[in-house]
Amino acid sequence: MKTLLWQACVSGLLIGGVYALVALGLTLIFGVMRIINFAHGALMMLGMYATFFLYDLAGVDPYLSILLVGPAFFLVGVALERGVIEPNLGTAESNQLLLTLGVALFLENAALALFKPDYRSLRLPYATQAFLLGDAVVNVQRLIAFACSVALALALWLFLKHTDTGKAIRAAAEEHEGALLVGINVRRLYAVAFGIGSGVVAIAGSLVTPFLYVAPDVGDVFNILAFVIVVLGGMGSFVGALLGGFLVGLAESFGAALLPGSLKQLPIFVLFVLVLLFRPSGLFGRGV
Amino acid sequence: MSRLPWVAVGVAAVVLPPLASPYVVHILVLIVFFAFLGAAWNLLGGYAGQFSFGHAAFFGIGAYTSTLLLTRVGVSPWLGLLAGGLLAAAFGCFAGFLAFRYGLRGPYFALVTLAFAEMLRLVAVNWMAVGGPMGILIPLPKEGDAFWRLQFREKLPYYYVMLGLLAVALWLTRRIERSRLGYTLLAIRENEDAAEASGVNTLATKLWAMGLSSFLTALGGTFYAQYFSFIDPTLTFGVAVSVEILLRPIVGGPGTLLGPVLGSLVLTPLSELTRWLIRGRPGVDVMVYGAILVLVVTFLPRGLVGAWQAARRPRPA
Repeated sequence: MKTLLWQACVSGLLIGGVYALVALGLTLIFGVMRIINFAHGALMMLGMYATFFLYDLAGVDPYLSILLVGPAFFLVGVALERGVIEPNLGTAESNQLLLTLGVALFLENAALALFKPDYRSLRLPYATQAFLLGDAVVNVQRLIAFACSVALALALWLFLKHTDTGKAIRAAAEEHEGALLVGINVRRLYAVAFGIGSGVVAIAGSLVTPFLYVAPDVGDVFNILAFVIVVLGGMGSFVGALLGGFLVGLAESFGAALLPGSLKQLPIFVLFVLVLLFRPSGLFGRGV
Repeated sequence: MSRLPWVAVGVAAVVLPPLASPYVVHILVLIVFFAFLGAAWNLLGGYAGQFSFGHAAFFGIGAYTSTLLLTRVGVSPWLGLLAGGLLAAAFGCFAGFLAFRYGLRGPYFALVTLAFAEMLRLVAVNWMAVGGPMGILIPLPKEGDAFWRLQFREKLPYYYVMLGLLAVALWLTRRIERSRLGYTLLAIRENEDAAEASGVNTLATKLWAMGLSSFLTALGGTFYAQYFSFIDPTLTFGVAVSVEILLRPIVGGPGTLLGPVLGSLVLTPLSELTRWLIRGRPGVDVMVYGAILVLVVTFLPRGLVGAWQAARRPRPA
């Protein structure tokens, strides 16, 4: 039993790093634009397909493909923001919700139409080993994903803290009108934020491709998880998304260890509902 | 507007279908089916302004309740309809109470409804007593049992059942529109805080909308089970169901009587047409849905009905 719990702990933390990365993208977008991006999971899924095809057709190592996927999806995010979201920025919140839902439907089913529903998987000839950490098995691919996620999160943190654009993003997230008053081009920042969020989640997709299957619907799970994490940690909170990612990773892992079947997701939803009801601002967030 | 066009449409809807081929009747059944579900969603989403992304929860409750009653206990789906509806309304009021009592609005409300639907789906998948991931198959009826089992050999009787349900839903919507409840719903939609400040019991009003909406949606779930004779957790509780339900009223015109009907008249044949034209490529029809949703939200925020109403309004000189 102790072994089981320790394994759950290790696995949960490892995947939690990736979850945190996904959530960071979402929380950045929400923090700046106050939009709940339903298309987040779809973008991750497309990142996974990009990585898969780069490997399958061009032999590009998934971990190297990050250098291509990240910037490419940054541009995709900017294009989406400019083309679809920008024209609707002043309207009702419910409109924006439906907007990103529409984008999500479109992207997911475009993938379905283009790539068919078959599950694909990418098997790396190296990095299939696993080693033991105490009694727990640590899969090297998951470890790499974890390490890269944490590194990217750190990079993002440094970007937000020390670069002008990063500080401008934080300013716009914290005090929208104040940012406008001091001359920050908030509209341009929307595109940047959406781009970064998209790029980050696509990279997260690249990182998990070696050990997850790739299919048009694989983004759905991450979508919901991202929402849960962001709500749990507090919409717009960097630290919240980070900690929330690990918490949810652990919750899912313990759920998988202790509950039968696919019920492992249930504790996450229960947690979600509880947080929404009793502390919708999350652990670190500002008010709803 | 004179009554005549509506009477004509109503008569046509009743008299013409027997002349159509079974495939066309099937399309008509689907149109009316989704219009009904849309009308149910509309009560909560369009009139009260509370966008639910989890109506599949009620749909599934209706489908599973009546199906379990029929296949395990032998109860007629006509009674199962009521049982499912009441159960769904109870669940809806429970979930609604939690959500509204704790002040969830807008996207947060949408997310929590999504979460509830997903939770029910997970429970259904993992609970073998209700069929688990394999779902439940409704065996075909013996000769003469068709009516009380709500299972017919032809599609036409299904069409009339659904038409009847749609008529009920539209009548109910019309009655609510013109009642105090209707006005308070609109007040809540436009500005909930102002409504509360004006003395409206927003919690009770929203719960009414939730209860009615969930009851009706569950009826649709029962019908689905009877029409297709098979249900499983994804077909009934899945996100796709919630999306299909809300798409028609949004495109047609949220908060209007005919919005869901118009939305269904446009979207349902479009989806069938797309699927037929692009055979062998699953997903294109939903891609079209996504694109339409984006376009409608951007250019026709009040839906087709809203756009038509705006066009009829005299412009200032």
